[in-house]
Amino acid sequence: MTPSAPPVAVPMTAPVTTPPVAPSTLWEPEIIAFCCNYCAYAAADLAGSKRMQYPVNVRIIHAPCTGKIEMEHILDAFLKGIDGILVAGCLEGGCHFLEGNLRARKRTDRIREMLAEIGVGDERLKMVNLSAAMAPTFVESVQQMVDTVKALGPSPLKESEPREESQHLESEG
Amino acid sequence: MIVASPKSITELKNLIAGHKKVLFVGCGTCVTVCLAGGEREVGLASYAIRMARRLADEPLELSQQTIERQCENEFIKDLAEAAAKVDAVVSFGCGVGGQTIAERFPDKPVYAGLNTQFMGTLEEQAVWTEKCLGCGDCMLALFGGVCPVTRCAKRLLNGPCGGSTETHCEVDEDRPCAWQLIYTRLKGIEQLDRLDEVVPPKDWAPSWHAGARKVVRKEHRVG
Ligand code: SF4
Ligand code: SF4
Repeated sequence: MTPSAPPVAVPMTAPVTTPPVAPSTLWEPEIIAFCCNYCAYAAADLAGSKRMQYPVNVRIIHAPCTGKIEMEHILDAFLKGIDGILVAGCLEGGCHFLEGNLRARKRTDRIREMLAEIGVGDERLKMVNLSAAMAPTFVESVQQMVDTVKALGPSPLKESEPREESQHLESEG
Repeated sequence: MIVASPKSITELKNLIAGHKKVLFVGCGTCVTVCLAGGEREVGLASYAIRMARRLADEPLELSQQTIERQCENEFIKDLAEAAAKVDAVVSFGCGVGGQTIAERFPDKPVYAGLNTQFMGTLEEQAVWTEKCLGCGDCMLALFGGVCPVTRCAKRLLNGPCGGSTETHCEVDEDRPCAWQLIYTRLKGIEQLDRLDEVVPPKDWAPSWHAGARKVVRKEHRVG
């Protein structure tokens, strides 16, 4: 991973000042990539080993399988103001647990419908399928997600309420 | 079981428009099994509504509770504390559950969060089909255990109609012809001779002909 701007050499004697920055340029999208252990995470790892560059906006969450990613995990992140989510699983037919990625696809499709209806927008959630060897595809998917979300702007739910809010579930019986 | 399906997020949002404190109530029985109104689905609906209300800049305090069965007062009493704190309740039970809760809390608006569909069977994962209308006078014995009252599109008691095929009903290609099923079943149990009898018109008196029905079982009454 690389910083978005190259480091600027500053003479040791120069006073340290922070240049004024327009608020719009301060925003960088926050993106989560849920990566399955067997393919997507390995591809991300390979991208790292190969020193391939991809945007720093992405935080990877290592999941045992995309089938283990519940709809609640994704909705919770959106409720808390995440700008975009990438769900990355194995190629169809290549899931270590046979059909976890196929189930994840159906769930992401459903959440995309929900996000569209809610008004958050379905483009903020995307699922991709790749093998452990497809590091360039991983990098490309991440880049595309960042580009999409940058074009959309910050999540409309961002900072509109304290982030600590999470759903409180009470259950009896 | 009673099968229900979720209402759209937009409809849910409209139902509770204007209310600032709302309780979503799940039901742990039929609608949990049909993946429509259990703890899980109430959680998903809550996420959606929280986001929608926040986007509309209409603050909402939303709480959730799932009880064992909404159609029994014995379980509804567990809601009393949570219901006292809100302006409105949304029932994610079937229509029976919603009405039973409403009776229990006369000063509280209670809305239905689901569309109650029918009494049916789970055919395969996430597919349910209607099997019984609750006509009050079960005729299954005459038809090899397949209900034409519910499953024949024309409710024929002396079928099939002219449009029947071995694979599907003429009204819906996705649905088997009930009369084909009846024939196959009666053949299988060697009761095809039942088809020689003309079944007289159904007596709908025990059914829903004059409003809601009531069942009283004296032998089980107390007091
Ligand atoms: S005959 Fe009546 S009670 Fe029997 S299965 Fe059909 S609708 Fe239900
Ligand atoms: S095709 Fe079969 S199920 Fe459909 S209306 Fe005719 S008899 Fe009834």
